[in-house]
Amino acid sequence: MSEARTVLIDPLVDNNPVTLQMLGICSALAVTTSLLPALLMCVALTSVAALAGAAISALRHRIPNNIRIIVHMTIIASLVILVDQLLKAYAFETSKQLSVFVGLIITNCIVLGRAEAFAMKNGVVMSFIDGLGNGLGYSIILIAVATLRELFGAGTLLGYPVFELASSGGWYEANGLMLLPPSAFFIIGLLIWGIRTWRKQQVEKPEYQIHEVHRTEVF
Amino acid sequence: MSDKKNFDRDSISNTLIVAIGLSLVCSIIVSSAAIVLKPVQAKNEDLFRKQIILDVAGLMEPGADVDALFASIDTRTVDLGSGAYADDADMEATVAIPDELDIAGIAQRAANIDVYLVTDNGRVDQVILPVYGKGLWSTMLGYLAVAPDGNTIRGLRFYSHGETPGLGDQMDKESWRAQVDGKKIYGDEGEPVIRVIKGLVPEGVTGTEHMLDGLAGATLTGNGITGLVQYWTGSHGFGPYLANFREGKTDE
Repeated sequence: MSEARTVLIDPLVDNNPVTLQMLGICSALAVTTSLLPALLMCVALTSVAALAGAAISALRHRIPNNIRIIVHMTIIASLVILVDQLLKAYAFETSKQLSVFVGLIITNCIVLGRAEAFAMKNGVVMSFIDGLGNGLGYSIILIAVATLRELFGAGTLLGYPVFELASSGGWYEANGLMLLPPSAFFIIGLLIWGIRTWRKQQVEKPEYQIHEVHRTEVF
Repeated sequence: MSDKKNFDRDSISNTLIVAIGLSLVCSIIVSSAAIVLKPVQAKNEDLFRKQIILDVAGLMEPGADVDALFASIDTRTVDLGSGAYADDADMEATVAIPDELDIAGIAQRAANIDVYLVTDNGRVDQVILPVYGKGLWSTMLGYLAVAPDGNTIRGLRFYSHGETPGLGDQMDKESWRAQVDGKKIYGDEGEPVIRVIKGLVPEGVTGTEHMLDGLAGATLTGNGITGLVQYWTGSHGFGPYLANFREGKTDE
């Protein structure tokens, strides 16, 4: 089972879909203004990634090459609609906050990327675990970003007050920038910096190096 | 296993089988989920709308039974043209809004609209009017609660909008909703003059009873709120009804 372990654990930090592969950034900006919608989004994306991986892997010997992306999209889209309908039925208020972003899981690069790169070449169980791992890797980043944004942007966590806001007589002046999409860019950027300082092997080589010109070469 | 090796998944027949088979299976899954979950979703929508009505009336308590509370509210249909009750009216009929009056940006409205009467010990305590109009990005739908004088606002709350998170949606904040209470709709001329200003309502100047706090960073959403409240309380909206309501002419 050690291989399954690697497939599950690897995307959490070492091969994180957001901070290393730079996928799924758009939804990471949009749904992280507060923690609850971010958590729901994580559950939605993780379940879609895992189930899509398993379904595509089960069909991998039959899927014709020319239409494979369309087949992936059809499977993913069906799963996303299913999740969206379930949220509307059982998590109505939060699903209102998530609005279009659940639907946009269809275009989330993580789901399609794992389907194409992993599920087409590996067994059903492994593909399911791979989807789960990547979904959880995405979730870790989303939860971290959402916690910071909600805490410093609104002084609350999951809607419960943590910092007393100045507007209601407390000491904390809410940082409005945290509620705007650019702040997620800053936070994700800082996270990537932090992770790459910790895990040096993630640092990419410069794409080119300035050639040192010797005086003799000029002539 | 040799069978699998010879199997040509790129053949036209297999492509067609996979495409058609997958479409069928997926459509069956999606449509059955939609049908099975429909009643639960419709119930949620309805409950949410009722909850907002109760909330804007100030009757909502956390954890209370929404349906039981809602039973105390009297739903009546108003003919907007005459401003009188018309309980058997055609709910499908629509009226076009002339361009120069269309400050809410909605182009047309229903001819007859349901309003919600809240009674307290047998006396009508407030009326809740549905209002909607264009914000910056979206149509904002909400409810406006008006006191028996037909002029004082008791509450304004939106149940559906797509305004900028963190900026335009400040109108959902407790503090913004609270300051609406007690504001007056109509000026001396009898025209709606209530409006969302820029910045917070200043102290010590005249006319603050017609001013609502601005939404910082969301001026256009604020303008949208001004437009929709003025349209729906104006002469083409609930104006005639509110005049009757004020004079008690609507009571039977």
